[in-house]
Amino acid sequence: MRDRTPLWLACAVAALAAASFFIPGWLLNQLLFAFGRGLAVLGLLVLWRAGLVSLGGALYFGLGAYSVALLQRAGVSDALGLVLTAATLSAAAGFVLGFLLKRYRGIFFAMMNLAFSMILYGATVKNRSLGSTDGFGVAQPSFFGVVFSEPAHAKLALFLMLLALGYGAMVLVHLYWKSTFGWLGTALRDNEIRVEYLGYSVERVIHIKYTLSALLGGLGGGFFAMGLGQVDPDSMLNWVASGELLFIMILSGPANVAAPFVGSFLFEVLRTYALDIAPLAWQFIIGATLVLLIFFAPNGVWSLLARPFVRKS
Amino acid sequence: MLDGLTFSSYLFIVSLGLTIIFGVMKVLNLAHGGLYAWGAYTAAFLIGRAAVAGWPDWAGFPIILGAALVVGTVLGWALEFGILRFLRGRDEALVVLATFGILLMLEDAIMAVFGTDPFFAYQPMTYLGHVDIGGIARDLYGLTMIGTALVVAVAAWAGFKWTRFGKLLSTVIYDRELALTLGINVNRLFLGTFIIGAILGALGGAYVAPTTSVAPGLGMEVIVVSFAVVVIGGMGSIPGALVGSLIVGLVRALAVHKFPEYELFVVYVVMALVLAFRREGLFAPAKVRII
Repeated sequence: MRDRTPLWLACAVAALAAASFFIPGWLLNQLLFAFGRGLAVLGLLVLWRAGLVSLGGALYFGLGAYSVALLQRAGVSDALGLVLTAATLSAAAGFVLGFLLKRYRGIFFAMMNLAFSMILYGATVKNRSLGSTDGFGVAQPSFFGVVFSEPAHAKLALFLMLLALGYGAMVLVHLYWKSTFGWLGTALRDNEIRVEYLGYSVERVIHIKYTLSALLGGLGGGFFAMGLGQVDPDSMLNWVASGELLFIMILSGPANVAAPFVGSFLFEVLRTYALDIAPLAWQFIIGATLVLLIFFAPNGVWSLLARPFVRKS
Repeated sequence: MLDGLTFSSYLFIVSLGLTIIFGVMKVLNLAHGGLYAWGAYTAAFLIGRAAVAGWPDWAGFPIILGAALVVGTVLGWALEFGILRFLRGRDEALVVLATFGILLMLEDAIMAVFGTDPFFAYQPMTYLGHVDIGGIARDLYGLTMIGTALVVAVAAWAGFKWTRFGKLLSTVIYDRELALTLGINVNRLFLGTFIIGAILGALGGAYVAPTTSVAPGLGMEVIVVSFAVVVIGGMGSIPGALVGSLIVGLVRALAVHKFPEYELFVVYVVMALVLAFRREGLFAPAKVRII
C-alpha cells in the first residue's frame, strides 16, 4: 500500500495555512508557540522511539533561541537564514556532544543531557551581556528582504514559514522512521545486544538520532524566540523547560509525526486556561494532567483520538 | 570548607533518601524535591507559630524532627500507595515523568496551603549562637547539621547491614522476582522504603528551613542538585551518596568563595566529568546484562 501520510499531512498544513489568514492574532500567537515547541518535541520523540529520554531537551531549544537572538544582534535579519543557521549550529553542537552521549543509556543519558543544559543555563544566567536572567529582546525579522511594517503581517509570514519547514521536518522524520535506521530505534529499545549481533552499530544509530533531535530542537527554539520576540534563560534553558517539553511528548504520544504539534497546541491551551482559572494552581493542574495521562493514556492523546479508526486485527 | 561541609550534610540527607528509593524501587523520584519543600515549609510554619505562642527557642529542634517524620510518613504513604504502586513495571521514563507531575502538584499545593509569602524561622539558629573556629565565628547550628548527617549515615549503614529489614532490602535489590518467590512481601518493603526516603527528604528540608527564607520554588532548586549528587556517587549506593554530597558540597563552597560567577553550574561540570570517566557514577553497583 502506498504511504498516504505525506499527502494528508500536506492537506492539514495547507488547511492551516489557509486558515491562518483569518484567525485572530492571539490564536496565531498560540499556534506559533505551540508549533515551535512541537518541532523540539518531535526531536525528543525521535530519541524516545529508541527508548532514550533526555532531561535536557531545553539545551538545544535554548541554543536555537539564543543563536537566533545573537545572530540578529550580529546583523543577520532574514528569518529563514536565522532559523536555518540556528538549526545548523544546534545540530553541530548535538553532533559534537553526541560522541560522548552515545555511550549513555537510561537515567544516565537523561542526566548527562541535564548536566549540559544546566551548564549552558548557568553560563547564560551569569552572563551580563546576554541580559542575565531577564534575557533580551528579539527584533522582528525580515522575510527574503521584505520588512513588514505591520507586526501582524510579520507574525503571519513567520507562521507560514514555520508551517512549511514543519511540514518538511514531519515528512523527513516520517520517512526516517520508515527506513531501516528508523526501525532500529524500536529494536534498540527492546534489546541492544541483539541489534549489535545483527551487525548494526548501536552507537552510530544513537548518534544519528541525537544529532537529528538537536537539529529539530534548534529549529523549534529559533522559531519560538522569533515568535515570542524575546529570549530568556528561565523559560528556555532551565530544567523545568526540559520537563515541559517532555510533558508535551507524553501528551502527544509516539504514534505519529503530527502528534507533537497537536499535543503542543493542547498544552498551550491547557496552560492558558489553567492560568486563567487558577493563577496560583496552574502547575497543579498541569501536574495532575500529566499523572492522569500516564495512568490512562500512556501513548498520548493521539492514541485516544485515533482509537476509533484503528482496526482490530 | 566548613560551609561546604554544612551544605554537604543536608545534601547528603536529601540525596540518601533519593538514592535508597532508586536502589530499591528503581524509581527516579523527582517528587523528592516536593517532599523537601513540604518539610521546609511545615517546619518553618510551626517554628514561627511556636515562637509567637511564646515557646522557648530550643523547641525548634523537636519541631524539625517531628515535621519531617509526619510530612514524610503522610506524603510518602500517599504517593506510594496512591500513585506509584499502580505504575510498577511501566516504562522507567514514564514513571519519572509521573513523579515530575507529582512535583508540580506538590509545589502548588504548598502555595495553596501556606501562601506565597516567604517564611522565616531563625529561632533555632539564633538559640545555638556562634562558636569560634580558627578565629572565624561559625553558626553552631551548621555544625549540628553535620552531626545529624553523620548520625543518619551511620544509622543507614547499620540498618542496612544488621537489621532484618535491611537484609530483606538487599535481597529485593539483588533480584526482585526471586525475592517475591521467597515469600517476601515486596509491596510492603517498597512502601517502607519510600516512606523512609520521603522522611529523609523532608528532614533535609526541615533542617535547612531555619537557615534561609522559605519561599516558593525551593524544591525545584534542590532536586536537580541532589540528582547530581546521586548520579556522581552512583545510583542506589549509600557510600556513593556520601561521597557525592561531599564532592558537590565542597566544590560548590569553593566556587562560591573563589569564583562566584561559576557557582551555578560548577556542580554540573563536576557531574559531567565524573560521568565522562565513570559511566555509571563512582560507586555504581554491578549490573547484569540481559541478552
